[in-house]
Amino acid sequence: MKLRNSIRQGHFDSMDFGPYLLLATLEGAVQAAVLALTALGLSLVFGVMRVVNVAHGEFFMLGAVLAWWISSLLTGTPLFGFLAALIFAPLIVGGLAAVADRLILKRLKYDPEATIVATIGLLYIIQQGALTLYGPDARPVAAPFDFRVSFPWFGYSGYKISVILTCMVMLLGVWALLTRTRIGLIMRATQYDRETAQAFGIPVARVYTGVFAFGAMLAAVAAVLIVPTQQAYYLMGLDPLLLSFIVVIIGGLGSLKGTVLAAVVIGLSDGIITIFFDPTLAKILSTILVAMILVFRPTGLFGTATR
Amino acid sequence: MSGIFNKALMVHLGLIVVLLALHFILPAYHHVSLARIMVLAVYALGFNLLFGYTGLLSLGHALFFAAGLYGAGLSMQFFQWTAGPGFVFGLFCAIAVATLIGMLALRTVGVSFMIVTMMFAQVGYLLILYYNEYTRGDEGFVILRELRVLGPLDLSAEDIRYLVALALLAAAILIKLALVRSPTGRILIAIRENEERTRMLGYDPFRYKLMAMVISGAFAGAAGAAYGILFGYVGASFASIQYSILPLLYVLMGGAGVVLGPLLGTIAMFYLIDIASGMTSAYLFFVGLALVFLILVAPKGLLGTVRERWAPWLP
Repeated sequence: MKLRNSIRQGHFDSMDFGPYLLLATLEGAVQAAVLALTALGLSLVFGVMRVVNVAHGEFFMLGAVLAWWISSLLTGTPLFGFLAALIFAPLIVGGLAAVADRLILKRLKYDPEATIVATIGLLYIIQQGALTLYGPDARPVAAPFDFRVSFPWFGYSGYKISVILTCMVMLLGVWALLTRTRIGLIMRATQYDRETAQAFGIPVARVYTGVFAFGAMLAAVAAVLIVPTQQAYYLMGLDPLLLSFIVVIIGGLGSLKGTVLAAVVIGLSDGIITIFFDPTLAKILSTILVAMILVFRPTGLFGTATR
Repeated sequence: MSGIFNKALMVHLGLIVVLLALHFILPAYHHVSLARIMVLAVYALGFNLLFGYTGLLSLGHALFFAAGLYGAGLSMQFFQWTAGPGFVFGLFCAIAVATLIGMLALRTVGVSFMIVTMMFAQVGYLLILYYNEYTRGDEGFVILRELRVLGPLDLSAEDIRYLVALALLAAAILIKLALVRSPTGRILIAIRENEERTRMLGYDPFRYKLMAMVISGAFAGAAGAAYGILFGYVGASFASIQYSILPLLYVLMGGAGVVLGPLLGTIAMFYLIDIASGMTSAYLFFVGLALVFLILVAPKGLLGTVRERWAPWLP
C-alpha cells in the first residue's frame, strides 16, 4: 500500500521496470514467508484434527499484541525485547490454545461443524478481550536491528530480508519435525487413522492438544516476526485468516507441501498485484478465483483426495 | 394428524396475536427494538430453513441480506421508486444472487460449503466497498423519507413500521410452517438426516438443496429490503461477516429446526447484545461467549430443548 502510493507519487519514476519488479518481488517474498508460516499452522490443525480453526487469525493477532506488550515491559536494546517476544509470545499463545482445546474442542469431540461455531465464538472472545485489555489503538513494535541492504537502485530493509530467512529456517524446521522425528511420526499416524493410532497406544487426545497449540504458535511466531514492519492492532487477525484459508485451500486441505507452495504463489502475486492494481479489486478477484477453485477442484490445485 | 396440526397452528397464530397485542402496550424503546427484532427474525427464519431443516451451514448469508437491502435501497435512491417496487426489486435481487451462489456453492459439501459461502459473501462486501461511488461504502446512505411510503402508509412512522414488520414476520412464519409440514419440507429434513438415502429413494438432493437455498435467500433478502425501507439506512456493515454470523447465533440460541426458534433466539440475542453494549464497547465478547456456551451446553437451543422434553409436536 505504502509502496503503491510512493509509486503514484512518482518516487520511482527514474527506476526501470526491472528494479521495480525486484522491489515488488521482495515485498511479496516477505508476505509469502510470513503467510506460509501462518497457513502452515492452519493446515496442520486441519490435517491432523479435521478442525477448521476460524480463530487462527486471532492467535496471529495475539502474537503481535503480546510482542508489543513484552517488548514494552523490557527496557534496553530493541533486540533484547524482540527476542524475548519471539520466545514468550508464542508460548503464551500456545498455552491459551491448549486451554481452549481442552475446555472447548475436546468436549465437542472435534465435530467439524460444531468446532467451526465454537472457534467463531473463540474469535470474538479473543478479539474483544484484546480490545478490552489492549485498547483500540494500533501500536508499533521496534525492529530488533536497523540496517539497509543497498541494491544498485534502492536500499531495502535488512530486517525484512531477515524475516524471509527466519521463516525459511522455521519452515524447514517444521518439515524436519514432521518427517524426521518421533513426534512427527505420531502426528502423521494420528492424521492417517485416529482409531488405529489410539489402538497402538498413541495418546490421541494429547496429540490433538499439542497440534492445536503448535498451530497457534506458528501463527504467533509469524506475527511477532512481521509486527515490526506493521503495527499491532486488535482487528489485524482477519486478513491473515482469510489469506491462510486461501492458501490452505489452493494448496489442498491438509497438504503441507501444497500449503507452502501456495503461500509463495499467493504472497508473491499479492505483493506484485497490489502494486499494479487497486488493492480492493485485487482482493475481489483473488477471492472469486479461490472460491471457484474450491467449487470446481475441491481438493485444491496440489492436493489429493482426502480420506 | 389434523389435531396435531391445529395445535401447532394455534401456537403460531397465538404468538402473532401476542406480538400484535404488544404493539399497544410496549413502551417506546422496546417498541422500536421489537420492530427491528421482527425484521431480523425473518432473516433468521430463512437461515433456519437452510441450517436447521436442510442441514446446510452457510457462513455467507449476509450476501443475501445485503442483496435485498441494496437492491431496495439503490433502486429507490436512483430511480426514485417508493417502498413497494423497491421491496420487490430487493427480493428479486436476493433470489437471483441466491440462485447463482447456490448453483456454485452446492457443488461442495461440509466445511468447503461454509468456506465457499463465506468467500462469496466477502466478495459481495468488497464489491460494495469498491463501488463506493454508488453505495457510499462503509458510510452508507439514507433512504429518503418521502420514498419510504407504501400507498397511503408512511413506513417511517413508528406504529406503522411495527405493524408492517409484524405482517412480514407473520407471513414468513406461516409460509415456513406450511413449507416444513409439506412433503417438500419432509424431503429437506430427509436430506439433512441422510442425503445418500434420500438420493436412493429417487429424489434429487441438489434440486431440493438449491430450492432451500433460494427460499432461504429470499427470506434473507425480504428481511434486508424491509430493514432498509423501514429503518431508512443502507450500509456496508450489513454485508460484513458479522451479519452472516448473527443469524447462526439467533438460530442456535432459539433452536435449529424449530419454526419459532429463530424468533425466540433473535429476541434473546438482541437484548443480550443491547444490554452488553450498554456496559462495554467490547460487547461482541458476549456474543462469542454465547456461541461457545450454546454449542457446548445446549446445541439444540431453547426451543429445541423444550421440544425434546415437553412438546414433541412442535414443528
